Amino acid sequence: MGWTILLLALREIRRNLMRSFLTVLGIVIGVAAVVTMVTLGNGATQSVSDQISSLGSNLLMLRPGQRMGPGSGSLGAPSFKAEDAEAIRVQVSSLKAVAPTVNRTTVVVVGTKNWATSITGSNSDYFTAGNWTLEDGRLFNATEERAGKAVCIIGATVRKELFEAHSPVGDTMRIKQFSCEVIGVLAAKGQSAMGRDQDDTVVMPLRTVQRRLTGKQDVNTILISMQDGASSEQVINQISLLMRERRKLSDNEDDNFSVQDTKEIAKTLSGAIGTMTALLGAVAAVSLLVGGIGIMNIMLVSVTERTREIGIRLAIGALEKEVLMQFLTEAVVLSAFGGLVGLLLAAIACYGLSIVLSLPFLFSPSINLLAFGFSAAIGVIFGYVPARRAAQLDPIEALRHE
Amino acid sequence: MNDAALTAEPDALIQLAGITKTYGHGQAAFQALRGVDLSIRQGEFVAIMGPSGSGKSTAMNILGCLDTPTSGAYLFNGVHVESMSRDQRALLRRNHLGFVFQGFNLLARTSAQENVELPLLYRGESAAARHEMGMAALRSVGLEAWAHHTSSELSGGQQQRVAIARAIVTNPKVLLADEPTGNLDSKRGHEIMELLVSMNRDHGITILMVTHEPDIAAYAKRVVHFVDGQIAHDRQNGEAA
Repeated sequence: MGWTILLLALREIRRNLMRSFLTVLGIVIGVAAVVTMVTLGNGATQSVSDQISSLGSNLLMLRPGQRMGPGSGSLGAPSFKAEDAEAIRVQVSSLKAVAPTVNRTTVVVVGTKNWATSITGSNSDYFTAGNWTLEDGRLFNATEERAGKAVCIIGATVRKELFEAHSPVGDTMRIKQFSCEVIGVLAAKGQSAMGRDQDDTVVMPLRTVQRRLTGKQDVNTILISMQDGASSEQVINQISLLMRERRKLSDNEDDNFSVQDTKEIAKTLSGAIGTMTALLGAVAAVSLLVGGIGIMNIMLVSVTERTREIGIRLAIGALEKEVLMQFLTEAVVLSAFGGLVGLLLAAIACYGLSIVLSLPFLFSPSINLLAFGFSAAIGVIFGYVPARRAAQLDPIEALRHE
Repeated sequence: MNDAALTAEPDALIQLAGITKTYGHGQAAFQALRGVDLSIRQGEFVAIMGPSGSGKSTAMNILGCLDTPTSGAYLFNGVHVESMSRDQRALLRRNHLGFVFQGFNLLARTSAQENVELPLLYRGESAAARHEMGMAALRSVGLEAWAHHTSSELSGGQQQRVAIARAIVTNPKVLLADEPTGNLDSKRGHEIMELLVSMNRDHGITILMVTHEPDIAAYAKRVVHFVDGQIAHDRQNGEAA
């Protein structure tokens, strides 16, 4: 009997291609929309948290002045010096790296090519704090840092823009009036969470930049990397106390510096992305619902014709349960087929869009299952329930149905 | 309860005794059949006539096991039908009855052959047997060449022939025809009647046919007249009115 029913169901699907196609289409669109939106949303969240962690783990940023961004009230706050970084290193516990940094944007020239990039002066802790790895060459040694020698380590973008395929290690670059030996190349890190190219950078010893480019002893930002498991709250407290003391702030004065925890930034950003994902998910859920209503319409519209069909089948001796099994099989086959096509379409769309938008492609079984389950359930329920009502009629009544 | 009223006739295929059918309840109740006794033997060709509302269609539906009587006894081939479940009646229709309707009632967008094979599918016949029996039935109504055409590609007369082929494909004991010529012009109608007569004569199929046209009823061997839910007269064709 099962085989016969399957045969009957497949025949009806083939015979009513238009109806079958519209039913499947509703499910395909519903499933594909939900899965694509949620998958891309998850990819965006993942991408942001990846970028945050590429900033460095357990990283604190000490800056002069309160807060960053517009409206910061203490622009005139005094800068830090290299000695402040040294004091932190000595006096604050459970730190991994302390890197005073100073930045300057300058044109770098190699042969006939020139390139404007961001030059950072720091020490070798900078690479630990920023999660950088060397691809080629070496880091600064203590002598070079102390003496402020003209050596530099370049990012992947600078290497690509200024050097041919050969290794740039040992070559020299000209920066303003001095020339600088390339001793290392950094592995690429990609875009930052704010969309800046992190690889467009040249790193030199702090003293070199201070002497030859800025001409001042000032330090812009001190990057502080904590040991794993250290409490950032305690470390921030210690740093604040130390800085207040070194900057001679009395008890009733506000801090004229700020310590930022990248973890906090990460939390804020992923919170925002999470909201976006939820919003996209809601839009997608609406499209799933609309798809479901489409399926409902098709199924209900075809009920008149199908009621007569049921009457004919009953009159020639089909059992009620045989008719129902046939309709159920039809609904299940169409819904499952539509669902699978939707999932396939979503996978292709997600793959393509993840490349275009340079987001990671994160396959989420739960959303795939949920979308598939929901639309298949709508297809099955609305394919089956009207048929059930019709099959319970007397065959004569079903045949008379206009 | 009505068993007592039922005098067993050994050669009767169908026996109705004291059949009543009431639609609705209380004040709105309408009695479509008011005690019908009827006995039909194997191989008869019976026309059921009567004005609208006389109960002839109701009687037909009960005879075809599509509907159940409110009271009374119905013996089909010696088996009580009135106490059967829905599924038991469906199986009885599947195995022993064939139907031809006024409106043809073929499946849309389905070839003549598939329509004819449908009852065989429910009987669980193999594909080869379905094909052979289906083509034989189509041959017997002269539509072998139209096997692959769908209903919309066939004329009314041809559709009714397909319906007859579908009704006889299972070699039923009884063929029930409800106004089989009602949707056809008189020429096609007479062709269909010739076909039914040959089915009755050559294959020995018992035929019960509802009609309101006397010239169609004239093809039958026996005519039963219904008036007001009861049998008014029941005579063999050729007897004086």
